[in-house]
Amino acid sequence: MKIKILLFGQLKEKLDAGFIEIESMEDSDLLLAKLKSEFPVLSDISFRIAVDKILIAEKVVLSEKSEVALLPPFSGG
Amino acid sequence: MERYQRQIILSQFGREGQNKLATAKVLVVGAGGLGCPVLMYLAAAGVGHLGVVDKDVVSLSNLQRQILYKTEDIGLPKVERAKHYLQQMNPEVNVTTYATYLTTQNAVEIIDDYDMVVDATDNFPSRYLINDACVLLGKPLIYGAVSNFEGQVAVFNADLGNDKRSANYRDIFPNQPMENEIGNCAEIGVLGVLPGIIGCIQASDVIKLITGIGKPLINQLQTVNLLTNHWQTFVIQPSQETRSLIPTDLVAFKAKDYSLLCRLKLDIELDAVDFQSYFDREDVVIIDVRETFEKPEIDHFHHQKHPLSTWEKELPSFDKNFIILFCQSGKRSLEAAKILSQRDENKTIFSLKNGILHWQNHHKINLNEPS
Repeated sequence: MKIKILLFGQLKEKLDAGFIEIESMEDSDLLLAKLKSEFPVLSDISFRIAVDKILIAEKVVLSEKSEVALLPPFSGG
Repeated sequence: MERYQRQIILSQFGREGQNKLATAKVLVVGAGGLGCPVLMYLAAAGVGHLGVVDKDVVSLSNLQRQILYKTEDIGLPKVERAKHYLQQMNPEVNVTTYATYLTTQNAVEIIDDYDMVVDATDNFPSRYLINDACVLLGKPLIYGAVSNFEGQVAVFNADLGNDKRSANYRDIFPNQPMENEIGNCAEIGVLGVLPGIIGCIQASDVIKLITGIGKPLINQLQTVNLLTNHWQTFVIQPSQETRSLIPTDLVAFKAKDYSLLCRLKLDIELDAVDFQSYFDREDVVIIDVRETFEKPEIDHFHHQKHPLSTWEKELPSFDKNFIILFCQSGKRSLEAAKILSQRDENKTIFSLKNGILHWQNHHKINLNEPS
């Protein structure tokens, strides 16, 4: 089961895509580890992970329908 | 009152709303792409007192998005031109200008005079400085930021009653990014209407906060993508760790160097996988920066306890050349590593990435008290 991950801001440029699809994992920690191993550039940039529109503070269990998004900070004004 | 007639006839707003605006004092930090629309709409709406902080002068490349200024203003201080045009538009509004950068030395004095603050700056050190000052002074902060075709808006530190405050910037992004992580504003592109839209949402939430109508973006982060017209709202969960990343008081705030933290180009996070290989090295000291009461207790490797909360009083010294810091989730230890790196430039300083809980999971080690 593939999961679609929405990218925001400069993550789009770093990964040259608006979203990525990877094999879904059991929880958000495992997903994050997998993302970082498949896309090493993610280790060099700050971002927050959102699951179902919540910026999660700790690990959450993922389902097939989970909506995942990665949000980096913006500095521009 | 005829000037404001079209908003006074709004039933939720009324004369009462207009009077609240007239007595309100709002500080706008940054008179650029975000600051211009914020200032223009707040002045037009009749916010009684506006403060504007900006040290820059108008330049040609500003005019594509900084819509207060005209070509003939090039080379002139932004705050002066802003005041001139705002008072031309609405003479009933008082405008106080501060032709300076906001620093830890002047921020408290300037911010304390106002009811709330609008973050319309274009760099991370200012954003973290303003956030921390607003938390310490108990001021609501209306945040906006842009990058390329996307923007973010939120209301931070709003008064929820019972001495409670809503989430702040550090609940979303706990630590200031290093300079090499995210491009700064001078380098990134921005479509001119983007700060216009984001600034207007900020102005709208300022008006809602002052008049008490509607639902401002409290504990919420609004994202806007102009290319797709995708607007999304994310829930922000306040974190207990956030407060320990903010200076404990105004004295500690004034001593903090926000710009230096951003200038540091460091690769200072140590992966959990590699942590174990440092346990028995003679030249390494491992430091727990958590508060002394925090669990789990760690007895798997030698370490010392120096809670981050005590560092403002006295920065701990270590005779080893290799220092590894850890905390629960890796946020406080990262902050500690940055602080220590400023003083001990010649030492190798690491923060355990994602903290001791992650390491514990990673190694499936049965510590004293499983979490």
